[in-house]
Amino acid sequence: MKDPLNMKVKEIQPSGIRKFFDIVSEMKDAISLGVGEPDFETPWHIRKVGIESLEKGKTFYTSNSGLKELKEELCGYLDRRFKLKYHPKDEIFITVGGSEAIDLALRAMIDAGDEVIIPQPSYVSYLPCTVLADGVPVIINLKAENEFRLTPEELLDAVTDKTKLLIMPFPNNPTGSIMTREELEKIAKICIEKDIYVISDEIYCELTYGGKNHVSIAEIPGMKERTIVINGFSKSYAMTGWRLGYACGPKEIISQMLKIHQFAIMCAPTTSQYAAVEAVKLGDEDVARMRESYDKRRRFVVSRLREMGLDCFEPLGAFYVFPSIQSTGMTSDEFANNLLKEQKVAVVPGTAFGDCGEGFLRISYAYSLENLKEALGRMEVFVKAHKKN
Amino acid sequence: MLKDAILKEIDKNSKVTAADLASMTGTTEAEVVKAIAEMEADGIICGYPTLINWDKTDNEKVTALIEVKVTPQLGLGFDKIAESIYKFDEVDTVYLMSGGFDLTVIIEGKSMREVANFVALKLSPMEAVLSTGTHFVLKKYKEHGLPLVYESGDNRMAVSP
Repeated sequence: MKDPLNMKVKEIQPSGIRKFFDIVSEMKDAISLGVGEPDFETPWHIRKVGIESLEKGKTFYTSNSGLKELKEELCGYLDRRFKLKYHPKDEIFITVGGSEAIDLALRAMIDAGDEVIIPQPSYVSYLPCTVLADGVPVIINLKAENEFRLTPEELLDAVTDKTKLLIMPFPNNPTGSIMTREELEKIAKICIEKDIYVISDEIYCELTYGGKNHVSIAEIPGMKERTIVINGFSKSYAMTGWRLGYACGPKEIISQMLKIHQFAIMCAPTTSQYAAVEAVKLGDEDVARMRESYDKRRRFVVSRLREMGLDCFEPLGAFYVFPSIQSTGMTSDEFANNLLKEQKVAVVPGTAFGDCGEGFLRISYAYSLENLKEALGRMEVFVKAHKKN
Repeated sequence: MLKDAILKEIDKNSKVTAADLASMTGTTEAEVVKAIAEMEADGIICGYPTLINWDKTDNEKVTALIEVKVTPQLGLGFDKIAESIYKFDEVDTVYLMSGGFDLTVIIEGKSMREVANFVALKLSPMEAVLSTGTHFVLKKYKEHGLPLVYESGDNRMAVSP
């Protein structure tokens, strides 16, 4: 019999998170700090608009690129929040989550052998999607001493004459790290000089703390024409299950991404798009309320981790803390597995987001305070029992 | 700023400890204790009641919302008459309202008879009270921003990217 499978697909490693999920889901009474989504339900006024659209029978396809009203609202939002100016007609379209947009951007831009620079630790899909698009992933191992920000030196070391694309995953899942305007300007300068395109995954753009607002690299002069900005509703508006995202960028690239989208997906879910119009129009207060709530929990978790003797820098984005567990002498996998076995607390090993996540854990603080207290209390017992003298 | 953050947090959960409030607001426990004491002294924090769903207990409780029209007193406005109403132990809540009536009085009694007696024997005979309209609560769905009838729980998968 012939091998039914594609070699490229076969060789891709399944997500490390998936592996860990299977272990956790077998333990009924485990407390988890491993979730990569908000603990809030979608704000009710947004859900209601989705429900009403169904009641009114709005159950048909939308245009391939998405509802006109949604694209217009989004362009207004991007302008008022991040000074990003895109034309709703041909510089933006609606996708099935930010994940689809990442895949499409890579497929639309990569030719076989093109190099894609991927800073890690970062979201799990950049590397496999690059491989599936016949690109060659070039990993930059971000460093704890730089708080996992991308430095110009690291970027320059990774650039070759085959470099086509740089992925910018900030605010970052899993480290919670963000990049300032000054830092982005230095990265932008290199991208322009070396003629590198950028996919900027800004899905956590609304979740930044300590008075630091998110800055999009596309806003820096000379970058809009070489950047695809990827964003979505999942994290900002607590809408993960609605599966809705968007991509914006130069129309030459957007139109090609849209071509793949049109054949593969047709259009993003209609109900979700109607609800999303409400989110962008009237969701600012919800976003602020959720951000404020995450911020309190962020401070709580950082201070508890430091109290138990785990090093961690102060994360200023997303809803993750990325503490070092090197003082325990365990690997990330050992720590996560033993913590689950001994104290029934699930955290995600840093290695799920790249090899350089070794020695770190991703802890999500998208949980109630009671849950965080209980889980961190158990973790403290575990750390004390295993601390190397 | 700190006081504001503390109030927002304890508004929904007065059980949160000073140590936790300190971690969440990035300050010391002593600062939190001091801020709370000041707010108690200033009458900003007036008490720490518990939200109880009495329907789930064997206690019989009747809640009534009474719309009251009154004659304001010369020089004292509504405050004096409101005071003479809220001083009754049965009275849970008193608000001065805009619109078609003057005071909202919420009372809790053991039975409808007890509430009726309060209205007939204590409230209505007051000189300043012109009229009352009593509405009994049939079911409580939400109080103080917290749902009483619906428990959602965490519907998320335990681990996700």
